Amino acid sequence: MQRNVFIKALSNPLSFVGFMIIIVMFLLAVLAPWIAPYDPDAFNVKAILLSPSWQHWMGTDGLGRDVLSRMLYGGRISLLVGLVAVGISTFIGIILGALSGYYRGWVDTVIMRLVDIMLSIPSFFLILAVIAFLTPSIINIMIVIGLTSWMGVTRLVRAEFLSLSNREFVLASRTLGAKDMRLIFIHLLPNSLTPIIVSAVLGVAGAVLLESGLSFLGLGVQAPQASWGNILTDGKEYIQFAWWLSLYPGMAILLTVLGYNLLGEGLRDALDPRSQSS
Amino acid sequence: MLKYTIKRVLWMIPMLIGISLISFFIMHLAPGDITNNEAAFNPKASEESRQKLRELYHLDKPIIVQYGLWLKRMVQFDFGNSFANHQKPVFLGTVDEAGRYTKGMIEEALPITLMINLLGLIITLTLAIPLGILAARNYQRWQDKSITLFNFIGFSIPGFWLSLLLMYWLGVANNWLPISGLHSLDYEYLDTWGKLKDSISHLVMPVIIPSVTGLAGITLFVKNGMLDVLNQDYITTARAKGLGEHTVVYTHALRNALLPLITIIGLSIPGLIGGSVIAETIFAIPGMGKLFYDAVLMRDFPVVMGVLTIGSALTLVGNLLADIAYAWADPRVRRGVART
Repeated sequence: MQRNVFIKALSNPLSFVGFMIIIVMFLLAVLAPWIAPYDPDAFNVKAILLSPSWQHWMGTDGLGRDVLSRMLYGGRISLLVGLVAVGISTFIGIILGALSGYYRGWVDTVIMRLVDIMLSIPSFFLILAVIAFLTPSIINIMIVIGLTSWMGVTRLVRAEFLSLSNREFVLASRTLGAKDMRLIFIHLLPNSLTPIIVSAVLGVAGAVLLESGLSFLGLGVQAPQASWGNILTDGKEYIQFAWWLSLYPGMAILLTVLGYNLLGEGLRDALDPRSQSS
Repeated sequence: MLKYTIKRVLWMIPMLIGISLISFFIMHLAPGDITNNEAAFNPKASEESRQKLRELYHLDKPIIVQYGLWLKRMVQFDFGNSFANHQKPVFLGTVDEAGRYTKGMIEEALPITLMINLLGLIITLTLAIPLGILAARNYQRWQDKSITLFNFIGFSIPGFWLSLLLMYWLGVANNWLPISGLHSLDYEYLDTWGKLKDSISHLVMPVIIPSVTGLAGITLFVKNGMLDVLNQDYITTARAKGLGEHTVVYTHALRNALLPLITIIGLSIPGLIGGSVIAETIFAIPGMGKLFYDAVLMRDFPVVMGVLTIGSALTLVGNLLADIAYAWADPRVRRGVART
C-alpha cells in the first residue's frame, strides 16, 4: 500500500518535480568533494568579489573564496541539518504520540498539555534562547530544531493510534492476548507510517528554512564552515557590489524547500481518500 | 458566554506555569552555571557583574527555591534590569529616587512589534480572502492552479532572502524606500505631513514582506474552507431556492468558511512574534524581535528571559482572544455543543 501511495504521488507532475529537485540536491551534496572546482575555504587575495565567469561560475566572495564550491559544501550542511533535526523530532513525536494515543488517561492529558505549552512559546524565540545559553554549532542546531518541533508529529501519531485502536484487526489481536509492545510496534505503528512520512518530508522543508535563518543571523553554522544561510550574511554585507552572493544561496534554499514541500503535499494528496475519486 | 470565558481564563494559569518551567529549564541548560558562560563570552565580565547575576537568580540557593523566587518576581512583572544596556529595566519602566522615569525595554519594543504585525495581518487578510474565494470558485481551473503555485513558492521562499532582494531593488538600486529604522535622521524637523510620509515609507517593506510570505497559508486555508462549505447541503438548498450565485457565495458560504480563520489567526501569533526576529533585524526596527536578537548576542540573560516569557504570555492572550471571539461568533461553541 505504501509503495502505491509513493507511485501515485510521483504521477503528479508537481511532486515529481519536487522529487527530482531533492534527488539532484542530494547528489550535488554527496558529490561535493569531487565536483567542487576549488577548496571552499581557500582564501585568494587576487580573486576578491569577482563576478560570475567561466573560472568562477557563481563568482567569489569577499575573501576570494569560490562561491560555487561553498554552495556545494553548504548544501551538505542544509541537507544534514534538515534530516537529522527531523529524525529527532519524528522520533520524539512517535514515542510521545504512541504513549498518548495508546495508554490515554492521565498519560494522554500530561503529554497533550505539554504539547499545548510548547506550541504557545514562539519557537524561534525558544530556539534562539537555547542557543544563547549553549554555543552555536551544527550539532546543537540539529538538536535544538529537533527538540522544538516534535509537537505536530505527536498530535498526528496520537490521532492515528486513537482511530486505529478501535479497528477490528487491533481488537482481534488484543483479544488473542497480544502484549502492549506488540500491539504498538507490530500493528499500530506500521499502519500509521505513511502520514508520519508525509509530515517528516514537510518537516525537512521547515528545518532547512530554520537552519538557513539561524545561520543568516550568525547563530547557526559558524564561519568558516559554509552554509547557504551564512553565505547570504556575506551577501547582505556586500549587497551593493556583489549581487551573486545574495542570489544563488537564496535560490538554493528556495528550490530545496520547494522540493520537499511539493513532494510532501503530493504524498499527502495521494493519501487523502477524498482525492482518490478525482 | 461568561462561564466559558472564565473557564478559558483560568485555563491559562497552568499553561503559564508550564511556560515558566520550560523557560527556567532553558536557563539551566548552560554548562556549569550561567555566570561561567557569560564570563566565557565576555572576558570583561567582572566578578561584580557575575555576583549580580547570582543575586538576580539566587544561584546560591537550592534549585526549587530559585524557581520559586523567580516565579514570584515574574508574577509581579519584575524581570530585573538589563546587563548590557545601562541597567535599563527589562519589562516595565521604573521611577528612581530623583523622580526620573526610565522606560522598560519591552515596554518600548512591544507596541512597535504589535503595530507591524497587526498592519501585516490586515494586509494578509485583505489579499488572502479574495484569493482563497477565487481559487475555490475556480477549483482545478487556471486561477486555482496559479494560486496553488504561488502558495508553494510562498511556503518555500526564505523571508530574509526576499527582504534582502527587495531591499536591494527598492532601497539600494533605486532609492525609492528607506531600508532601515522607523524614522529618518531629520524626522524631528519635518512637519506633520512629512512625519506621516516618513513613517509610512519606513514601514512599507517591514510590513509587506512578512505579510506576503504569510499569505500562502491563509489563502490555502480560505480556499479549503470554501471548498468544504460549498459542498454542504444548505448551499445546495440555497442554490435550489434560486438565489443568485453571488448571494450564495458571499452571504451563505463565506461567513461559515471564514469562521475557523479566527482560530488560525490565533494559532499564527507565535509564528508572527518569532518571525519578527529576522524581519526586525534586517530592517533595524527596534521591536521585540530585534531586542531579543541583540540580547541573545550580548548574552543579556534578564532580557532573554523577559522577552521569552512575555512573548509566550502574549501568545496565550492571543489564543484566549481568538477562542472568545470564536465562541462569540459561533453559538454552537458558546452553548457547549461540539466544536466543529
